[in-house]
Amino acid sequence: MEWETVIGLEVHVQLATKSKIFSGSSTAFGAEPNTQACAIDLAMPGTLPVANAEAFRMAVLFGLGINAKINQHSVFERKNYFYPDLPKGYQTTQLAEPIVGPGFLEIETAQGVKQVRIHHAHLEEDAGKSLHEDFHGMSGIDLNRAGTPLIEVVSEPDMRNAEEAVAFAKKLHALVTALEICDGEMSQGSMRFDVNISVRPKGQEKLGTRTETKNLNSFKFMDEAIELEVERQISVLESGGVITQETRLYNGDTKKARSMRSKEDSNDYRYFPCPDLLPVVLDDAYIEAVRQQMPELPAAKAVRYQTSFGLPAYDAGILSADSTTARYFETAAAASGQPKLAANWVIGEVSAQLNRHEISLQNCPVSADQLGGILQRIADNTITAKSGKTVFDALWQGEGQTADEIIAAKGLQVVSDTGALEKIIDDIIAANSAQVESYRAAPDDKKAKMLGFFTGQAMKASKGQANPQQLNAILLAKLQ
Amino acid sequence: MEPSEIEKLAKLARLHIKPEEAAEVAKRIGNVLALMDQLQATNTDAVTPMAHPLDAVQRLRADLVTEPNQREAFMAIAPATENGLYLVPKVID
Repeated sequence: MEWETVIGLEVHVQLATKSKIFSGSSTAFGAEPNTQACAIDLAMPGTLPVANAEAFRMAVLFGLGINAKINQHSVFERKNYFYPDLPKGYQTTQLAEPIVGPGFLEIETAQGVKQVRIHHAHLEEDAGKSLHEDFHGMSGIDLNRAGTPLIEVVSEPDMRNAEEAVAFAKKLHALVTALEICDGEMSQGSMRFDVNISVRPKGQEKLGTRTETKNLNSFKFMDEAIELEVERQISVLESGGVITQETRLYNGDTKKARSMRSKEDSNDYRYFPCPDLLPVVLDDAYIEAVRQQMPELPAAKAVRYQTSFGLPAYDAGILSADSTTARYFETAAAASGQPKLAANWVIGEVSAQLNRHEISLQNCPVSADQLGGILQRIADNTITAKSGKTVFDALWQGEGQTADEIIAAKGLQVVSDTGALEKIIDDIIAANSAQVESYRAAPDDKKAKMLGFFTGQAMKASKGQANPQQLNAILLAKLQ
Repeated sequence: MEPSEIEKLAKLARLHIKPEEAAEVAKRIGNVLALMDQLQATNTDAVTPMAHPLDAVQRLRADLVTEPNQREAFMAIAPATENGLYLVPKVID
């Protein structure tokens, strides 16, 4: 039987506010445990929440980014359950009246462009963290994360395979980073994906029973987890079994998934409007003001890179995908006045080095301005492209502050002195008489290829600093 | 309310209700529910749902970090702590 996969996503996006959604505690990542958890976050008796305006601004910006209706009247509710990392005994969230109504994102896969509908997005608070290492048979609780603002984005079940789901996740990541409402650091939990998966016989309208794989924090794990779960469901169904609705956990290290012991009655959350918080009302003027702050989105950026800089669509797509890359590229392009060269370097040398050292562009030791300095010197023929890489490595190692400083210190200026180049070439011709003989005897169509040997030797002798056009001209003349 | 429903509610609310108390609790909750039924009977077709009895909207605060670290003070009143963590009876998903 042919099966069809149906996938919907729930994505938790941590908003990049400085303080928490209902308290003035810091949201900075990586602090000592419980140093950013105040009386409100700890649910001390008598404390009351006060909502953070910035969380609303960011949620509205997101809503506008997915072409959604913004609900001008939104209400917080209590989702009741007991867990030690949730000191209040309920999560403050939105249910019946979320801030962001239906919207959509367009994704692009090998099959073309497709619209994925977003059911809604709501504001809520994050919980703390439970550490289950053995503390004398007890669990440790860190409440620094408790109260960090989240938007939970709920998609419609519009995706039909892992590729589409990952494309949607990446598109969402690009959007929230471009809007600067989330730092996008998935390894720190800034975006977490829950994937709802079901399969049904192709052509059947009724959805199959779904499972939910929770808390995936990388695109790769998401892809693997979906493939694995689809395979599992099909094999269960084909051997006559039934799918149980359950929550599953995928382990990216072992490449295995397991069913989470379902907490009995865990889905009975007894929501009700939070009496501590009044409805939030946003007027047209406010929403219009937020709309004015909307930065250029990745799709528009990609078009601009093609039309203004003449970049190929593929390169424009890579450079515009996230705001860090786009900013780095644009800074290097502006500093050097060489957008095409900057594009080639950011996609080529820069990302190769980052991959090799396993660091993110955010932490790149060579700044975009420094790269711009290198490119400027390549473009005005002060150095060769090869020397450019030497300068890049030196800046990476912190050997200097600017490209010019390193060029001077290492003596990397292009050798355009005809006398010096002639001397190099004469030495090579003298040392390689056999190759010279066969070059001169070769037919013209072979000569071009054989010339490469001499060019290579001469470049090497000049330590990569010979002006390539000049070198070739002298070589050709002398080899006649 | 059936005793089984009382048992489920008690579990969700982490309340310990002895079996011999269940009938009495069921009766009391039943009274509250009867009152709810009376409210439900009112025709509300023309009434906008109300999220809060105060005729006001939420005031929002500026995004500023205003809370200093007071971990020592909070830890001092916690039953058990270690390495800056609050300790609780072991929980595992």
